[in-house]
Amino acid sequence: MSSYKIIDHEYDVVVLGAGGSGLRAAVGLSEAGLKTACVSKVFPTRSHTSAAQGGISAALGNMGEDDWRWHMYDTVKGADWLGDQDSIEYLCKEAPAAVLELEKYGVPFSRTEDGKIYQRPFGGMTKNYGNETVQRTCAAADRTGHAILHTLYGQALKHNTEFFIEYFALDLIMKDGACKGLIAWNLNDGTIHRFRSHITIIATGGYGKVYYSATSAHTCTGDGNAMVLRAGLPLQDMEFVQFHPTGIYGHGTLISEGVRGEGGYLVNSKGERFMERYAPKAKDLASRDVVSRSIAVEINEGRGIGKEQDHVHLHIDHLDPKVIEERLPGISEASKLFANVDVTKEPIPVVPTVHYNMGGIPTNYKAEVLTVNGSEKTVPGLMAIGEAACVSVHGANRLGSNSLIDLVVFGRAAAKRAAELVKPGMKHDEIDKSETDRCLDRFDKLRNSQGSNPTSELRLSMQKTMQSKCAVFRSEKTLKEGVDQIRKPFEGMESLSVKDKSLIFNTDLVETLEFDNLIRQAITTMDSAYHRKESRGAHAREDFPKRDDENYMQHTLAWCNGSKTKINYRPVHRSTLTNDVQYFPPQERVY
Amino acid sequence: MVQFNLPSNSKIKKGQYYKDKTGSKNIRKVNVYRWDPSKNENPRIDTYEVDMDNCSSKVLDILNKIKNEIDPSIAYRRSCAHGVCGSCAMNMNGKNGLACTKSHSELDGDIDIYPLPHLKVLKDLIGDLSTLYKQYESVEPWLKTTKINDKENIQTKEDRAKLDGLYECIMCACCSTSCPSYWWNGEKYLGPAVLLQAYRWIIDSRDEDRKERLKKVADELKLYRCHTILNCTNACPKGLNPAKAIAEIKKMLATA
Repeated sequence: MSSYKIIDHEYDVVVLGAGGSGLRAAVGLSEAGLKTACVSKVFPTRSHTSAAQGGISAALGNMGEDDWRWHMYDTVKGADWLGDQDSIEYLCKEAPAAVLELEKYGVPFSRTEDGKIYQRPFGGMTKNYGNETVQRTCAAADRTGHAILHTLYGQALKHNTEFFIEYFALDLIMKDGACKGLIAWNLNDGTIHRFRSHITIIATGGYGKVYYSATSAHTCTGDGNAMVLRAGLPLQDMEFVQFHPTGIYGHGTLISEGVRGEGGYLVNSKGERFMERYAPKAKDLASRDVVSRSIAVEINEGRGIGKEQDHVHLHIDHLDPKVIEERLPGISEASKLFANVDVTKEPIPVVPTVHYNMGGIPTNYKAEVLTVNGSEKTVPGLMAIGEAACVSVHGANRLGSNSLIDLVVFGRAAAKRAAELVKPGMKHDEIDKSETDRCLDRFDKLRNSQGSNPTSELRLSMQKTMQSKCAVFRSEKTLKEGVDQIRKPFEGMESLSVKDKSLIFNTDLVETLEFDNLIRQAITTMDSAYHRKESRGAHAREDFPKRDDENYMQHTLAWCNGSKTKINYRPVHRSTLTNDVQYFPPQERVY
Repeated sequence: MVQFNLPSNSKIKKGQYYKDKTGSKNIRKVNVYRWDPSKNENPRIDTYEVDMDNCSSKVLDILNKIKNEIDPSIAYRRSCAHGVCGSCAMNMNGKNGLACTKSHSELDGDIDIYPLPHLKVLKDLIGDLSTLYKQYESVEPWLKTTKINDKENIQTKEDRAKLDGLYECIMCACCSTSCPSYWWNGEKYLGPAVLLQAYRWIIDSRDEDRKERLKKVADELKLYRCHTILNCTNACPKGLNPAKAIAEIKKMLATA
């Protein structure tokens, strides 16, 4: 193995990732006086939180009566009863304070006539336990994620958080089942950095790039998830992949649900507002899984639009151009750029597009990572937050605008919990050299790959398999084929080709490491989907069209070693956190 | 007579020529600036023949195509691919912009792709933005308020509207690296991107530190190196107007 220059660091806490949740955690940790490092492969404001458009949910009641319990009910129902209700209670109860805190940090929220934070309707958000639509989603025009991310970065600067930017994380350092830090590669100068920490918080976001067409950024490769798998720990509910109903046809760019919140609607080739048939009450503002499936059915039954009849239209041309200019300027710009459409005059061509991973690293509501060893246990020294985590508040399907609130509520919770567990300046354990060797062996082997399969080809093969075998609708047949096919690109790594051998900004190697991360998650996603023989939320099986609460009110846990997986389950938490609210027992889910 | 020489590695050499292997009849030549810090070589321009029949519409699609199908060693930053993260700012046919939103059909002839001008190059198309980031930090981009309660600040729609055209900045640096003043005095002049951000906080009705903020930027070098050349406004891929923000700061100082 080549010799690498290793630089050692000691921190109380290391946060991996500098998107919304990572930054919020870093701010809280710095406030608590803990020596904190925030490590990120991109400059913080480049993180994918910046792409969130429509808003952040919280029962502020600025636009009419609201209650966090209603928000909780909607989230439980949206999750198709796979969410842990203790965590969901925590999320919805803490949400209003978390949004007001963001406002105090300086987020430029849109305003109501009386100067309060503006809130818009969003899918699945209702009044009084499933009755009429409520306006709960706090918005900064249609650039809410961007506004929050930049503001949180400012707060982190205010609190002198130490950043390690353009450092690519390689692996966790584990000792006797506990996490002791992580190892990262500095792209700026090619050095290897070993961070020792009492707590490591993974905030690396989702892994949308396992699919061919996704609203996700190129950098959404779920690096933290894969590090957890390599550490011998499981990922949870990976089969639940959200298809956003409205990605721009042909390009995949997100068109916010806020568009439908502001009055936009979908039509098929016959000009029908077809959502009225699938969701008579909520119509275009049903849950995302419901709307995506409805579009897929319309297309499958020949009512799609265009030469290939493979998309539908989203109309906002009936709205007042002033409303569009004030509340939806970003999507006007995106529609012009990527669909060549003037939204004030023409409809936007859209198609369901991979958007969000409900699954991820299992945690409790304090952000502590869980595993199962006989019974549910926390993993000492390891936390996860944001899209990387599966708390699980989103269960089988996330409601729009519940992800941004997840970031800040659990980012804050992680910082609070870490401050309880760690006292500033505590002594660090000695770490065996074998952990570093194991990590650098993999790095060195990938770097010196001399085979014949370019990373880009293997990645494409993985993406096409996921797109065709693990899509909106799934069946025994497609999943069985998928389980076999998804292992091909993994096996292809035995003869991998990496041309660039350098260490400074070697993006050939970065993409290879990212692929190595992606393929493990693709395998766990496919296998988890194959084993869940029911339909729930985003996981729709044609051969098992009903939800099966008797057998599957359980979180899937998937371990992955090479291309071998082990699937197990843990029961969904069937109680709330406090007596402020009662447990919502499973019901039939209609919108 | 005094002899001036350019540093030896500032000379750009002709690099490799990658001929099309697909047999496409619709070829475009793409010239890309290449420099590898780990090799003791001058920068070079590599030329790629790209099959445009199988290439999506943006310049970033061309770069991804080159990286995936022709030459995986080419280095550039990219992330969101729809103009919100600001990663893929670069110079295309002489003009700064985002590769992910720039349509190649808008560019004439061969396509020349360079890093953003006047930055230290780290590798290929990746420039060093650390000075700009430090300058951003120096304007203290966070809300300063003494109101400590659990209620939101009230802000009228009119006051909120003053932030439009400012808060949307994605810090891609297209503006600052197009500014001749910033080229010459980049260490001291804050430049359009950072001044736009400074103004975003100065003009926020919720902020209680306006006077101090103004005082801090009222400096011969930090602010007044802006000579209203307006390259910044012309370069902004988000359609923002940093020159106007700078003018507003100057006006506030003049009338204070």
